[in-house]
Amino acid sequence: MPYLGSEDTVRELRRSLSNPNVQSDQLRYRNTILKVIRAMSQGVDVSGLFSEMVKACATVDIVQKKLVYVFLCSYATLNPELSLLVINTLRKDCQDPNPMVRSLALRNMTNLRLTSLVEYVEQPLTAGLRDRAACVRRVAVLGWAKLHNLQPNSEIDAAVVNELYTLLRDPDPVVMVNCLRALEEILKEEGGVAINKPITHHLLNRLKESDVWGQCEVLKILQRYRPQSEDELFDILSLLDASLVSPHPPVMAATLSLFLGLCSGLPAVSLAALERVRGPLLAACGSVSREMRFTALCHIQLLLRSIPGLMGAHYKRFFCGYAEPAYIKQRKMQVLVELVNDENVAMLLDELKGYCTDVNTDTAQAAISAIGRIGRSYSDRCLEILTGLLGLKQEHITSAVVQTMRDLVWVCPQCSDTVCVALEGCEETLQDSQGRQALLWLLAVYGERISSAPYTLEVFIDGVRSEASLGVKMELLTTTMRLFLCRPAETQDMLGRLLHYCIEEETDMCVRDQALLYYRLLHCGIEETQKVLQGRRSDPSLGVLIGRPAESISQWACSFNTLKPLRQSTIESASRGSPEHVTFDPKPNTDLSNTLNCSQIEKLHSVSDSTSECTDSSADVLTSSVAAPLSLSLTPALSPEEFERLWLQQQVLHVEQGAEKLEKEEDYVFLVERIRCPVIVHCSPQSLQAAMQLVNIQTLAFTPLHTLPWRVYLYTHTQHAQCGGASHSTLIVGELLYTGEANQRVVVVKKCMDNGNVEGRQEEQVEEEATATGLSGRGSVRRYGEEEEVKVTLKQQPRDSKALKGFLSILTTVLHTLSSERT
Amino acid sequence: MISQLFILSSKGDHLIYKDFRGEAGSDVVSVFYEKVTALTGDQPPVVMSHKDLHFVHVRQGGLYWVATTRLTPPPFTAIEFLNRFTALVKDYCGSLSEKSVQMNFALIYELLDEVVDYGYIQTTSSDVLKNFIQTESVSFKPFSLFDLSNVGLFGAETQQSKVAPSSAATRPIQSSREQGGKSEIFVDVIERMSVVIGSNFWMKADIEGEIRVKCFLPSCSEMRIGLNEEFSIGKSQLRGYGAAVRVDECSFHQAVKLDEFDSNRILRLCPSQGEQTVMQYQLSDALPSAPPFRLFPTIERDSGGRLLMYLKLRCDLPPKSAAINLCATIPVPRGSVSLSQELSSPDQSAELKLQSRAIDWQIPRFPGGTQLSALFKLEVSGLSSSSMLEVGPVGLSFELPQLTSTGLQIRFLRLSPVQPGPSQRWVRYVTHSDSYIIRI
Repeated sequence: MPYLGSEDTVRELRRSLSNPNVQSDQLRYRNTILKVIRAMSQGVDVSGLFSEMVKACATVDIVQKKLVYVFLCSYATLNPELSLLVINTLRKDCQDPNPMVRSLALRNMTNLRLTSLVEYVEQPLTAGLRDRAACVRRVAVLGWAKLHNLQPNSEIDAAVVNELYTLLRDPDPVVMVNCLRALEEILKEEGGVAINKPITHHLLNRLKESDVWGQCEVLKILQRYRPQSEDELFDILSLLDASLVSPHPPVMAATLSLFLGLCSGLPAVSLAALERVRGPLLAACGSVSREMRFTALCHIQLLLRSIPGLMGAHYKRFFCGYAEPAYIKQRKMQVLVELVNDENVAMLLDELKGYCTDVNTDTAQAAISAIGRIGRSYSDRCLEILTGLLGLKQEHITSAVVQTMRDLVWVCPQCSDTVCVALEGCEETLQDSQGRQALLWLLAVYGERISSAPYTLEVFIDGVRSEASLGVKMELLTTTMRLFLCRPAETQDMLGRLLHYCIEEETDMCVRDQALLYYRLLHCGIEETQKVLQGRRSDPSLGVLIGRPAESISQWACSFNTLKPLRQSTIESASRGSPEHVTFDPKPNTDLSNTLNCSQIEKLHSVSDSTSECTDSSADVLTSSVAAPLSLSLTPALSPEEFERLWLQQQVLHVEQGAEKLEKEEDYVFLVERIRCPVIVHCSPQSLQAAMQLVNIQTLAFTPLHTLPWRVYLYTHTQHAQCGGASHSTLIVGELLYTGEANQRVVVVKKCMDNGNVEGRQEEQVEEEATATGLSGRGSVRRYGEEEEVKVTLKQQPRDSKALKGFLSILTTVLHTLSSERT
Repeated sequence: MISQLFILSSKGDHLIYKDFRGEAGSDVVSVFYEKVTALTGDQPPVVMSHKDLHFVHVRQGGLYWVATTRLTPPPFTAIEFLNRFTALVKDYCGSLSEKSVQMNFALIYELLDEVVDYGYIQTTSSDVLKNFIQTESVSFKPFSLFDLSNVGLFGAETQQSKVAPSSAATRPIQSSREQGGKSEIFVDVIERMSVVIGSNFWMKADIEGEIRVKCFLPSCSEMRIGLNEEFSIGKSQLRGYGAAVRVDECSFHQAVKLDEFDSNRILRLCPSQGEQTVMQYQLSDALPSAPPFRLFPTIERDSGGRLLMYLKLRCDLPPKSAAINLCATIPVPRGSVSLSQELSSPDQSAELKLQSRAIDWQIPRFPGGTQLSALFKLEVSGLSSSSMLEVGPVGLSFELPQLTSTGLQIRFLRLSPVQPGPSQRWVRYVTHSDSYIIRI
């Protein structure tokens, strides 16, 4: 068919539709209509043919009728007046002796989605509910749901609802399920269809009659039912037992989530259910359909969180197939890492080693990092493989290996010797910024043991002018500083050159500010510098892979059989790596520049893979000047959504109670304070962020420069050793606010204890907080009126003034440092 | 609850678009296409979101089959439904391709209308649907010289016509209604083998198998399928003394009656028109016989800086069987430039694919009990000793016709009551390589 412009096509079609010769010949008529539908599904606008198509509707040819209805339903909303013409034909068809014609008419009558037609539709729908043919009843039942959604504000017709409830006992299973669906929609405001004991048992007893889709629907709706007694619960469970091992994955999954919902109080039963679904889930993992395989794999990962040993014996089922797509391979590797144990470790590593040279670089890198994670438990074997891979001298492999090694030594410092030896010479192969950053970090931490470290660094410094990656430059600064501390003689000269370049010539604010910070630090003397820079080299507490405590099922039960497990993919595993020194990703930076251009406050993505420098140690040092041994950390990372929730929840209170007032609320303390701190507003967001990160405070969002009111949102966790060495972890969320007119900056810091409300302590808190109210009130009164102030409100519980003070003093120090740099 | 359902060609052409609930505009189709084409290889593409709309899609027959939903749907249900829908389209149109979908769009709209109402799945059973579907399918056959091979000299039927041509089962189910003549039933035993053979000869082997019935009989009657008597499930259940045909797990279609299964290994069912999987089984970690292929590689560097690969491939199938369309993919080191080859017979061929960095060694037919060899000389720039590590693992893909690796056989196939008129029953066996990897 020659391709015509859409107007020509429509004109052509109209001509042949209204041609009486065509109309009299059924076959030609049908073929013309076919052409119309074809044009429609190709995206041509054929709405102009509406009146011709309405005429074509009155025919005895069912195929033609169906085709015309497809057309009418698509364009009815554009032509409400003309659609009225169809209604007569449709109503006549509803009386047709052929049930197929009746159901067709009824379905399309409701599919027209026109409020003006509702009055004509109700009568045939009522009749349809009592029709002899099941197929008409099916359509009629759903028709009521469509009608209701067409006029969502109309009164619910109690008679119809009653009729639908009675139709739950209809002999046809599809009618029964459709009734559930329709009632669910009609009674949405009342919380859906009423699920009481008789209905539940009726549905359960008829479950077997429905097909797969009906069963899934019923099982989903039954999740709302709560059995009244334990006996009843077990009756239901035994009825469901057969569906739990159904060969159809949808039924199996729906049954399992119902099981988990019902047995939330009986962990032993839930665990037994998980054991039961192992077989069907494994079968789904071997399904022909890739998509089904993927879904099953994601859900197996969920199950493993509660029973790590569930698939232990079946680890070979998770070996990657030869032609599988990369995303399935990566999931399989994630599962394999979980399944490693003393018996299978050799075989598993052998298999993973095979994937490291995969043609697909993503797969290869995923395999390498999987080996790294196994390395936390079996470091010798894994390091041997990793070192061997360096011999291949391929960019992507070397980069992944170096990153993996960095992550590994962070948790297993005993590996550092091997790593130091292996690192020699791999800088030649490294090309990408991620890999080079990892190498620089390793040089910084183990510089004194790697003899060639200064030479490697020199190459980097000589090339700094052509360096494109911001992350590499930042890392390079830190590395050179740290190396200078342990090998001053070899590094002094190059450090000088680097600082000179970064301060004088570098155009990026972030790098320049960091360089300036180090420059001033050096002025303070070598000991101060050492205090700030020589931090922790490892965090063995992260390490253990095997023997991880099993999570309780309730933690993931609600996301089982939803899209959630399919989404949270690699991010989770990455954040489990070692977020403390995850490198600069270029992506958040582009986000940042976008934020700066908008006048609105925008949330920055602060997922753990974004911007957190490896200088968590310095937090310890800075705080050591404060009385309490307080340390800040960024883990667990707080997502912007979570932050927003926490913030808004407390914001309400803030508004109600007014600022500058210390109040005790359920489980957190809220305090407003002012910090004197001029010109901080004129400081670039990047440098503020960098400075904050230096002390492990994560900034989540900024307003652009020079906008008023100026705000920054931030959060951190404090680790505070309390009496008797028991360490308490608290979460602090905060806002820096600078309202231009009043020349005030307000820092609002909210703090809530993660460990929740300890009731026994409440009384004494009230007293103590009362005194604190006085203090902070006085403080603010005294300072009120001064220009460029910072107001701090702290809300805290259980009262832990030391941690709070510690945090405040860190914040003050940072702000002062920054503003002194500016002035 | 499905909001919309659409089918896109791999180039993004809109083939089918149906809006069930009027919740979102048709512009999401192009949004979806943009999203799916922007994905990189490692991102799982199955689920995507746009505003408050979720896309769930599967790829089959080179097409995107997409369902959009507003509420978060159970993924198992959504994906299973899309798969089932593609199977239905395949049943009704004969095959699954852009062309067949394009030609049968009216039929597909009709199917969709019956299968889903207001976003709720009504039925996907072909027994129910056959009463409602009125449009006839348009089938097209790509012209092929192979079709002529069945016709003998002067049009006489030859011996070959005793064997059903491989395309026989790829036809629409409805055609049996009006063509009248051919009421056929196909019972296929299809096994997929995934094997890993390590360098130190440890091995992993899984077999996933299924019995698939494709029925073109106009009236469905009861069918009895008899399996090997010594068929056993699980490890404990050994029957008789002969070589047992053993599988680990086995599951059956809902419609299968199993009352004679325990005693006589007979499956009874009333097949509905179209294709359905009657039985699925798995065998893991053990093959009843030796793995079909073994590779004996020798890899060395010659004095001229070339990489020499001498590969001997042995086929351990029984002598009467043969593997067909065997393709061995041998990954080669980065920097490989050119290839010279010596193959043991002229029908084989080998080619260096620079894009995938591998040699494809094609063997059209490989009889059991024989051995083939190949010598590849590779010109590699910057060859080093560690380059050898990059060679392998070798992946084989092949098809073993008339053979099941578990040994499952169909003893008999009875239709009762006896069909009036000529009806043809075909039993076919095939084993595919799902993934056959030999490490070097």
